[in-house]
Amino acid sequence: MTWVNAVVHGILLGGLYALLATGLSLMFGVMRIINLAHGSLALLGAYMAFLLVEHAHISAYLALVPVLPGALVVGYVLQRTVLERSLRSGMLVPLLTTFGLLIVIGNLLQEFFSPDVHSLDPGAIGPAAWRITSRLSIPAFDALILGIAILVLFLLQLVLTRTQIGRELRATAADPDAAELVGVDSRAVYARATAIAVATAALAGVFFAMRSTFDPTSGPTQLIYAFEAVVIGGMGSLWGTLAGGIVLGVAQTVGAQIDPQYFALAGHVVFLAVLVVRTAVESGGLRVRLRGATT
Amino acid sequence: MTALLSVEKLEARHGLLHAVRDVSLEVAEGETVAIVGANGAGKTTLLRSIAGAHRPSGGRVVFAGEDVTRMPAHRRVKRGIALVPEGRRLFPELTVEENLRVAAGVRRPGRWDVDAVLEVFPLLEPLREKRAASLSGGEQQATAIGRALMSNPRLLLLDEVSLGLAPVVVDAVYRSLATLLESGATVLLVEQDLSRALGVADRVVCMLEGRFVLVGTPAELTREQVMEAYFGLRRSAA
Repeated sequence: MTWVNAVVHGILLGGLYALLATGLSLMFGVMRIINLAHGSLALLGAYMAFLLVEHAHISAYLALVPVLPGALVVGYVLQRTVLERSLRSGMLVPLLTTFGLLIVIGNLLQEFFSPDVHSLDPGAIGPAAWRITSRLSIPAFDALILGIAILVLFLLQLVLTRTQIGRELRATAADPDAAELVGVDSRAVYARATAIAVATAALAGVFFAMRSTFDPTSGPTQLIYAFEAVVIGGMGSLWGTLAGGIVLGVAQTVGAQIDPQYFALAGHVVFLAVLVVRTAVESGGLRVRLRGATT
Repeated sequence: MTALLSVEKLEARHGLLHAVRDVSLEVAEGETVAIVGANGAGKTTLLRSIAGAHRPSGGRVVFAGEDVTRMPAHRRVKRGIALVPEGRRLFPELTVEENLRVAAGVRRPGRWDVDAVLEVFPLLEPLREKRAASLSGGEQQATAIGRALMSNPRLLLLDEVSLGLAPVVVDAVYRSLATLLESGATVLLVEQDLSRALGVADRVVCMLEGRFVLVGTPAELTREQVMEAYFGLRRSAA
């Protein structure tokens, strides 16, 4: 039963990873940008919520109300001012740009908030759990995060398939030049995609901060988990991201059940195994399509 | 009468290749102009420069009295220029209907919507929920033309609509086009098939190595004249 417990906890943990990975997956799917600053942007969201909790004395949940629209704006401006330029110079430059951003955000957070460890209060739901048997319990807060992850993915799916903005996003992802020729402003589409991606990152960051402690160096660690979830689930696929998050979560909790030290290691091993198998299956190598190859 | 489109001394390059050289062209409202020429004559580059997909290195493109030379492609679509690109360039993962609807985002008023397109291309009606990637070449071409119409263009640019299609399919595509042309649309089309071009156009332009070498109405031009211009025979003889 302890193993079942580990698997259940892993599935729920996968919700947080999926939430973290959604924006990363979206940006890769639409623009082929691997946003190395994604974890740092999530962390930035957490710190903004922390500021509001400390100074405006509101709950972390209520802090989401100003933080999420703020993140949308940050994403939009970030794309328009920084990423758009770097995107014009090929695939490598956005990678370097976002890497630079990761360092800048980490250092700024260090500067303003000190290296102290913080946490956000999840409220009464934090320690609550449903006890099924003496050895099997379902933590309510993790279940809430999984529920939110599914809701976010569902809404995103709805937007992508049912709205004009969604159709334009998918068209631009497939062929930006052809999209321009049917009247789609690809740069505006990219900015919207980044805005949505940063908002989901901030949402994930706030829940991450309620679930465990965070400090200015937490960004890159979260990036690795999000990245692994995206790769396991298949690059750029939305529901694959949820599957990838859950696989990663289960690998970690089952690994920790074997030995607490294996928590992170088991996740990395599964990630590498998936990568090796997939590369071997698609004998042409990684299916990362270079944009230059299509034009 | 002022021209709907006027191209003035246009120059376009692909790196070192000088694809379009000193080209000037006027297209009046309601006119159908066909551009013929061999592979590499610069026809596609000319159309792409007019549509905004290729940045010209010199000259001007004036559309409805407005200089659009530096305007990005999506804003030209809003002004009423639509290109059916070479190779169709549909969005493969989107359904036929979604491919059409993407182009409706510019919200130009006019007679074209999904239903009107399906009326002109009835073969698409049973396929509207199908992914574009699963269509045959002719169905894809019909979708690509329909998609361009969805923005209710004042000027329709057609690049090699018959390329890679079976003759029967080309007949069907041109029958649909005829309906369009009769309704008074302004069309600039690139066509490899000379008899097709002479059949539909009010005026034929022949391009060779980036320049216009022959311009005339189908009635004035003999097949031989066009052939000569097409292959550059007269120039090599001189």
